[in-house]
Amino acid sequence: MIALANPARFSAIAEKILPWLAGATAVLFAIGLWQGFFVAPADYQQGETVRIMFIHVPSAWLSMFGWTMMSIASLGVLVWRHPLADVAAQAAAPLGAAFTLIALVTGSLWGRPMWGTWWVWDARLTSVLVLFLMYLGVMALRAALDEPSRAAKLVAILTLVGFVNIPIVKFSVDWWNTLHQGASVFRVDGPTIHPAILVPLLINALAFTLLFLTLHLLLMRTELMRRRLRGLRLRAAESGA
Amino acid sequence: MGTLIAVMRRDFTLAIRAGGGFGLPLVFFVSVIAVAPFAIGPDLVLLSRIGPALLWIAALLSTLIGLDRLFGQDAEDGSLDLLLTTPSPLALIVLAKAAAHWIATGLPLAVAAPLLGLMLNLPPETLGTVALTLLVGTPTLTLLGAVGAALTVGLKRGGLLLPVLVLPLTVPVLIFGVGATAGIAGGGGFGPSFTLLLAVMLGSLVLGPLAAAAALKASQA
Amino acid sequence: MTPHTGYIIAAYAFAAVTVISLIVWSLLDHRAQRRALADLEARLGPEAAKPNRGKK
Repeated sequence: MIALANPARFSAIAEKILPWLAGATAVLFAIGLWQGFFVAPADYQQGETVRIMFIHVPSAWLSMFGWTMMSIASLGVLVWRHPLADVAAQAAAPLGAAFTLIALVTGSLWGRPMWGTWWVWDARLTSVLVLFLMYLGVMALRAALDEPSRAAKLVAILTLVGFVNIPIVKFSVDWWNTLHQGASVFRVDGPTIHPAILVPLLINALAFTLLFLTLHLLLMRTELMRRRLRGLRLRAAESGA
Repeated sequence: MGTLIAVMRRDFTLAIRAGGGFGLPLVFFVSVIAVAPFAIGPDLVLLSRIGPALLWIAALLSTLIGLDRLFGQDAEDGSLDLLLTTPSPLALIVLAKAAAHWIATGLPLAVAAPLLGLMLNLPPETLGTVALTLLVGTPTLTLLGAVGAALTVGLKRGGLLLPVLVLPLTVPVLIFGVGATAGIAGGGGFGPSFTLLLAVMLGSLVLGPLAAAAALKASQA
Repeated sequence: MTPHTGYIIAAYAFAAVTVISLIVWSLLDHRAQRRALADLEARLGPEAAKPNRGKK
């Protein structure tokens, strides 16, 4: 972590790792998609729609992974004052938002044939929706603040507040559903996952995670360049160039 | 302690005297409730069923509307800088300001809620519950809102950003608040929901001022 | 071919479009920043890359 504190050194290391990471992502996606479409059997209850799971579950996992990563980075901003922490938090936000959107849309497309409705106000869907709104909120707050150091701290505080909020939302919506007694109608009490489906699912989850990490490194690199560019322009303007 | 009371008194006085501030959130609250039946229809059975939810949504909106004033005015006239340099912990000052804000906005709503509940044809046993849940829920909303207000205090146009940031935080409050009243109507479950509402309030009583204070320090630095 | 094929295709198509646009956006942004940085450094000269030595 300390060796990575220097942005220039971080960029150099990232530059070396990125092609390998991108290659591994591509290979894993090829295996995962092939397994998902041709090897995994159709579920005896859900039929072919179970194949949506191979993109839905990894995206849902990444939606939470992204916020957790942002929360750790936020601690890095507020507690350890690591110079790269805010860059990491900033790069993770659009990625997390994109995968959360994928999780929501694929979940909806899965729910329509399975539950007979596009949307169910159950705890999982609702908390993912709230998570999506919070991703947008974090990005909007950062966009609204023009001074980078202030934006870093404020966004970090909001991220940590959200980190506390999500489990509470999940719990409260669970509670709300038992109160309204609607969930049992829609709940999919799927059987424990069979290995023939679990293995492709894990491969796909790994592929998605590597994709996230690849893009995250790339976005961090880009953001570091953007910040350096801003610094240089400021200095050039000061010296009257 | 003296500082906190002074801050509270000052904020409360400002809320009452400045530009018809006092009572305005209440007027907004009444307006939302008055408009709702025109959208939903004058069906009294339906209105009595969704009445508690309507009152809660109206209370949520009226709390959000005035939040930008919580720190906004102080940031403009510079008194926020003074507050940041006082020896009292900033979190306690935030708490005092939130308390003053709640007395001027949330409390009147909770008191007026039973009257509006009558217009929405709420059954008598629900009237008291709605008022009680709002009495616990509105300070929670103010405390959560204080975080959003502190985060957006330095912004020229934070007006729309603030509710966007705060609304996702209010989901549990809304659920437990309306849940407690629905529990009464549905014949069970007031106790648990209300206990959870209290728990959320206590949690935000601690975390809200701390987060808001951290945000204020970060945005004034 | 099952009655639900449409939903499966739609789900995969949406995920693919989102992921691909994410990748394309990241790469384009990366290239734009790299180019702008190279331009500026070339224009300012090598000494600008070092801290606190701007031209007076």
